[in-house]
Amino acid sequence: MDAAIPYTTQLRRDTGLYNAKVGIWLFLASEVMLFGALFSSYVLLRVGADSWPHGLLNVPIGTFNTAVLITSSVTVVMAWASLKMGQLKNARRYLLATVLCAAMFLGVKTVEYRDKFTHYEVRFTDGKVLTGHVKALGRTAFLSLSKLKMMKVEKFAFHPDAAHGAAVATHASSMEVETAKVEKLECFGPWHHTYFAIYFALTGLHGLHVFGGMLVFLYFFGPGAVLYRADPVRYTNRIEVAGLFWHFVDLVWIFLFPVLYLL
Amino acid sequence: MNTTVMTEPHPQPHDSHSPEDIQRHVKVYLLIGLCLLLGTALTVGAYYVHFTSVVTTITVALCIASVKAGLVAAYFMHLISEKRMIYVLLVFTGFFFLGLMLLTVWAAQDYPMLPAR
Repeated sequence: MDAAIPYTTQLRRDTGLYNAKVGIWLFLASEVMLFGALFSSYVLLRVGADSWPHGLLNVPIGTFNTAVLITSSVTVVMAWASLKMGQLKNARRYLLATVLCAAMFLGVKTVEYRDKFTHYEVRFTDGKVLTGHVKALGRTAFLSLSKLKMMKVEKFAFHPDAAHGAAVATHASSMEVETAKVEKLECFGPWHHTYFAIYFALTGLHGLHVFGGMLVFLYFFGPGAVLYRADPVRYTNRIEVAGLFWHFVDLVWIFLFPVLYLL
Repeated sequence: MNTTVMTEPHPQPHDSHSPEDIQRHVKVYLLIGLCLLLGTALTVGAYYVHFTSVVTTITVALCIASVKAGLVAAYFMHLISEKRMIYVLLVFTGFFFLGLMLLTVWAAQDYPMLPAR
């Protein structure tokens, strides 16, 4: 019995396409609806919000990551083009470049996430609100007032942001704060504001896509490249299909960047 | 033993993308990449301009993003010369995506008024 999968390289007469290409486009259609649902949630949350924070994300870092993702899109399409021209070595170089770009994107995103989990809003009992960095219990991330009270921490180190006034910036780059004088202490996690909830949901889901794509390209760069020897057209088609997914991930980021960082 | 040393057979063209076509397209891909980077610089530049109207800011940013997305879809995803079936699929996707967004706009009109704080 012939168990070969049909139309991996041959084009179907009815669609004019090989099956994987139809498959990836159907998958991308579902992805459009997935990200579309989150984008529409963003619109609804923003329209209904009393206030919407601005300038909490680092624009130069976001711009750098956008450039990295665009570069990776170019390297993917160049890998496919190289395979079409029969240049496996070049294709593998481009695939490696894509993997490195993806790793760089995720590395930068991790730094951004870390910055949010170590950045706090502190509301004092006298009504004053400051943002900055906190150090207590030997760490700087995921601290909360209830945790400090539970651990009986009477004082903690606080480095206020310079933007909150010259007095703070010039007189105290760091200060000791009594826990009893604090009403609320919260890092910029998803629970802090609706903006951060949708920011982490959108960028987290997008980051998972980047991670998945990176693993796929790593496989095609390494052990998956063996297929080229046996069936070069099929390998080329696989790179095209993975590339279509990757371009979609890039396309989503093209909208995410202005929506979350600039508007 | 299975080694990873591979020969480089020339893949047989299976569709309209012949190696000769691809060689011509490589320059276009690089040009599109450059345009996308310039588009990003333009988006960030527009952000620092600080338009007086929020609507203008949003419109400019989303217009540039749409052009960039169009370039990615048209050239990198080859939608500029794709088969009919993919276009049909995308028309359906666009229809449902538009429906989703219109439902959002509809819901936004019906948002409960919060008491003034």
